[in-house]
Amino acid sequence: MSFTPGSELGKSNLEVFAETLLALARENKNVLAVTSDSRGSGKLTPYAAAVPEQLIEVGIAEQNLVGVAAGLASAGKIVYAVSPASFLTARAFEQIKNDVCYSDRPVKLIGISAGVSYGALGSTHHAIHDIAVLRAINNITIIVPADNLETTEAIKAAAQMSHPVYIRFGKRPMPHLHPSGTVFEVGKSLQICDGKDIAFIATGETVHPALKAAEEMEQSGYSCRLVSMHTIKPLDTEAVIRAAGECHAVVTVEEHRTAGGLGEACAAILAEANMQIPFKIAGIPDEYTVTGNQLEIFAHYSLTGPGLARTAVTLLEGITKG
Amino acid sequence: MIDRELYLKSIQYRIKLLKYIKMAGAGHTGGSLSCVDILNVLYNRILNVTPETFNDPGRDRYIQSKGHSVEALYVVLADHGFFPEEELETFYGYRSIYTGHPTRKVKGIEQNTGGLGHGLAFSVGVALAGRLDHAAYRVFTLLGDGELAEGSNWESLMAAAHYQLDNLCVIVDRNTLQLTGKTEDMCGLEPLAQKLEAFGGELRLVDGHNITALTEMLCKLPFTTGKPSVVIARTIKGKGISFMENNPKWHHGVPNDRQYEQAQQELEARLAEIKS
Repeated sequence: MSFTPGSELGKSNLEVFAETLLALARENKNVLAVTSDSRGSGKLTPYAAAVPEQLIEVGIAEQNLVGVAAGLASAGKIVYAVSPASFLTARAFEQIKNDVCYSDRPVKLIGISAGVSYGALGSTHHAIHDIAVLRAINNITIIVPADNLETTEAIKAAAQMSHPVYIRFGKRPMPHLHPSGTVFEVGKSLQICDGKDIAFIATGETVHPALKAAEEMEQSGYSCRLVSMHTIKPLDTEAVIRAAGECHAVVTVEEHRTAGGLGEACAAILAEANMQIPFKIAGIPDEYTVTGNQLEIFAHYSLTGPGLARTAVTLLEGITKG
Repeated sequence: MIDRELYLKSIQYRIKLLKYIKMAGAGHTGGSLSCVDILNVLYNRILNVTPETFNDPGRDRYIQSKGHSVEALYVVLADHGFFPEEELETFYGYRSIYTGHPTRKVKGIEQNTGGLGHGLAFSVGVALAGRLDHAAYRVFTLLGDGELAEGSNWESLMAAAHYQLDNLCVIVDRNTLQLTGKTEDMCGLEPLAQKLEAFGGELRLVDGHNITALTEMLCKLPFTTGKPSVVIARTIKGKGISFMENNPKWHHGVPNDRQYEQAQQELEARLAEIKS
C-alpha cells in the first residue's frame, strides 16, 4: 500500500518518546530518566511504575536537574534529563553550557512541551528561544523531530551518542510524515516531497503545516519541495544549498522566534555560499507573543497550511513582478 | 601526633602556587591560600585516587566547585604526579591547558568548573550513580563561602539529603571574604551552620588550616549513616602570607616583586621552623 505523508494521525511525539525511553530502560539498567516534577508532563508515569529505580526525581529544580544529570553521565549512566523545554533551556542554561557541553558530558536533554505547546499558559511556558541559545553553545546536537518516526529514532540515536544532545518536541498528536522503515540519520534531513518552485525547509511540529501548504499550492499548479530539517545542529548544509539551487525560492518554517533559529542558520549558509534567492523566515516574530492555544498561535503568525502557502506564493509572485 | 610531612607540604604548596601566580601575572591568590591545606589533606591522606587509577570507576572523586582557586589544585595534582610540575609554567598562557579555572583537559581534574554553584549538583549526580551501582567510592566537593549565595547549591543540598547520600562530603572553605569584601556585608550567610544542618547535612566545624584536625575528621566519613557529611572549614583568606591574610584585595591580587620576595621569605622561614 502506498504511503501518503500526513494522511494518518499518529501519537504525540511526547508519548512516543516515553514509550521509546521505557523500551531502552528495560534493555539497559544504566538508562536513567531524571525529572524535575515532570514525570507526568513527560508521560513517564508508566516508566516510573515499570522501572522505578531508573527514575531520579529532583523536584522543581532545573539547575540541579542538569548538574545531577552531568554527574550521573560522568559515572557511565545514560541520562535523559526531562523537563519542559522553557525551564530546561532558560533556567538551567548555564548548567547546560558548563556542566554538560563544556565538560562534554553526554547528557540527553529532553525539552518537552517545546515551542508554544503550552500556548495559553503564556510566555513563561513557551520555549521559542531554545534553538537560538543552544546554537550558540559549542558541543551540542540539536534535534527537533517532526513525527513519531523521527522522535523514536532520535531518542534511540541519543542513547548511542557520546556527546551532549538536546531534543525538543510538543505534546499534540502528529501525523506520520515518513513511511515506516525510513532511515533516520542525525544531521541528515528527510525530504518529504519534491518540486522546483518553492522549497519549504521546516522543522518539528511545523513540518505538517508546511506539508499542508505544499499540498494547497500543488492544487494551484506550483510544485513544492518539503524538507524536514530535524537536526538543526549540525545542520544539513548540503540539503539547504541543494534546495536553493534547485528551487526558485526558499521558505523556512519553525516554532521558534525568527531570530537565531533554523531560518537564520539557513540564511547564513546561503549568504556564505553566495546564493541569492528569494527567502523568507516563517516563525514567531520579535514581539509580545499573542495569547491562545498552540494552533491559534500558529494561525496568528501564519504558521498554518494556508498561511504558509500565502507566504510562499507572495514570495514567488515577487520574483515574477521583479 | 603532628603530621610533619603534610605540614611541610602545606608550606611547599604555598611557595609553588605563588610562584606560578607570579609567573603568570594572574591568579586567585587569596582563595588558593585558604583552601590549599584542605587539598593537602584530601589528596595526601583521604582520597584513593592516583594518576594510575584516575580512570578507574571505583576511584574517589574530588570536585572543586570553587574553580577559581585552581592554582592550589594544580600544585597538589602536580605533586601527585598527575602531570609534570614544570607544565605549570604555561599557566594562564595562550593555548595552555592550565587555564584560570579547572578543565578536564588536565589529568586529575574531574569536571570543568568556574561558574559558581555548579560543583555540588554534579557531585550529587556522581554520588547517586555510586549508590545505584553499589560502588564504594566517595565524592568530595569544595565550595567557596561566597559561592553559597548561588541558590543552586541549596537545591543540590536538598537532593543530597533527600537521597541520603552519605557517600558525599561537602567542604565549605569559610574564609569569610569574597571579591568585594566580607560575605556578611554582601548577602549574609550566617547562621551558616544552622542553615546547612537544616538542609539535611551532618555538620562538623574544623580549623581548615589544622592538618591534624582535618585529617582526623575526614578519616571518619560518613559522619553519620544516611546523611551527606558537611564540613565548615574555618580558614583565612591569604593564609600564610602576613600582608595577604584577611584582605579582600588579595582575592585575585598578584604580588609585585617586593611583595613576592617578602612572601617567599615568610614561607621559607616557616619551612625552616618546621624542619628544625
